[in-house]
Amino acid sequence: MAHLARLALTEAEIDAFTGQLGDILDHAADIEALNVDGIEATSHPLPRTNVFREDTLRPSLDRDEVLSQAPAAEAGQFRVPPVLGESQ
Amino acid sequence: MIGHEPSLPDDWELVVGLEVHVELATKTKLFCGCANQFSSEPNTNVCPTCLGLPGSLPVLNGQAVAFAMTLGRALGCEVRPSVMARKNYFYPDMAKDFQTTQYDQPTNVDGELRLADGSVVGIERAHIEEDAGKTSHVGGGGRIGDANYSLVDYNRAGVPLVEIVSRPEIRSVEQARAYVSELRNILLAIGVSDARMEEGSLRVDANVSVRPTGSQELRTRCEIKNINSIRSMGRAIEYEAKRHVDLYASGESPHQETRHWDEDGGRTTPGRSKEDAEDYRYFQEPDLVPLVPTAEEVAAIDEQLPMLPAQRRHRLTQLAPNSADAATIVVERGQDDLVVAAVAAGADAERLLTRVQNDLAVDDWTKVDAEGLAALIGMETAGELTATQTKQVLAELVNHGGDPRTIAEALGFEAMSDDALAGLVDGLIADHPDEWNRFVAGDEGERRKMQGFFTGQIMKATQGQADGRAVADLLNGRAG
Ligand SMILES: [Zn+2]
Repeated sequence: MAHLARLALTEAEIDAFTGQLGDILDHAADIEALNVDGIEATSHPLPRTNVFREDTLRPSLDRDEVLSQAPAAEAGQFRVPPVLGESQ
Repeated sequence: MIGHEPSLPDDWELVVGLEVHVELATKTKLFCGCANQFSSEPNTNVCPTCLGLPGSLPVLNGQAVAFAMTLGRALGCEVRPSVMARKNYFYPDMAKDFQTTQYDQPTNVDGELRLADGSVVGIERAHIEEDAGKTSHVGGGGRIGDANYSLVDYNRAGVPLVEIVSRPEIRSVEQARAYVSELRNILLAIGVSDARMEEGSLRVDANVSVRPTGSQELRTRCEIKNINSIRSMGRAIEYEAKRHVDLYASGESPHQETRHWDEDGGRTTPGRSKEDAEDYRYFQEPDLVPLVPTAEEVAAIDEQLPMLPAQRRHRLTQLAPNSADAATIVVERGQDDLVVAAVAAGADAERLLTRVQNDLAVDDWTKVDAEGLAALIGMETAGELTATQTKQVLAELVNHGGDPRTIAEALGFEAMSDDALAGLVDGLIADHPDEWNRFVAGDEGERRKMQGFFTGQIMKATQGQADGRAVADLLNGRAG
């Protein structure tokens, strides 16, 4: 799974995360076992709606700093492996 | 229209639905305060939110939502409570590996677009979503499949979009063109987008299928992407429809897929097979709360909607019922306010619309005012100017403005001198004593009738060069 997500993890981290992931899956299984017949699906635990921000500019990040975090960059852009198929 | 493009055989009918993506003209992106700007240097309008960095949270831009609801109402949609959803996929154009969009609960549903030809195309939905970043492919001659690597610019990632999905009710290429052009006019009228196809702020995907003429079935459709102009759209739809007909004719069928329009090759080529909704694993966005517009908000939007193109056309055809085509063109050019004002200033509506359609096809008509235009059309209607002279005076008005009567004089179109006109009138009175008596002694109706008679005779004698009002003044003067 770490390989799929392109994460470089140590053996110790893999052990820890495997345990944590297992716990999450167990928890999901517990929830699945609950009887939710007649309960409407909610999208959010809070009874809030219409949370907006003003359409005002905020400073963006410095490009060099941003690209320094990327595995590869070129011409001010992120360089990524060739895309198979099409994107929009 | 491209004359050599093959059209469908009579026994096949075109079935098209259009998906139009419109970038909203907000200052900032949908979920962060980065600039929504077309021509910035790559990756200069990015922040943790639009780069999908861990720990960042989206906050919805209220102006984008207001624009989206305004567009919905302009399209006659029901504006409904809605929620944002995640559409998960693994293309690098979204760094966070999903696009935030609306899925089963979109903001706007069930609208319609009334086209200039009187036809109506249903709108299924107009939902809010964010745009993706821009990927360019390097190496392999620019062809995506052979690219050595790709470069990604996230300036566009998170720019607010509305996707307007029509019902598959479009039946011809002309109607598809009219649909996009009407939609564009609406967007410009309500000011929610600059709607520039060449800059990608208005993008069209076409769902194309065919069916035997007269049948109501919906056959397998293909979604055509990479359409860069209204002209390309027409070519792409015609090509794709013909491809389907040919497949059916040879006993095969198209299969549902996304295809790319190849402008140079004049054909569509297969892209990825169409994902099912399930492939995207849609689920409600947990970081954003539902949108619940109140009835008051919707009413306020309706109140502030400007007059839309269909209403503007209607306003003109009310004034000039025989000039529907001219009305369409005049509204498209944005000249209808001028026309309405000139009619109010006394111009004959039908004649005016014809003149404006034919002889005011210019980029800048700001020097022409309603009073001048009305006076000019009045001169033409009264027979003081011939059609050719009217056009010349109008051209002068466009270039320099001014008073049409003065311009007509300067161009030597002045009807005739007062003395010459007076002589003509006196001659006519002498030649027609009966009519003159009826003018002098008759009741008001009789007087009007005889004035018409004398004016007509004068116009005949002067080939329409005389000023109708001056003739009336002379007649009244002579009658005492
Ligand atoms: Zn941002």
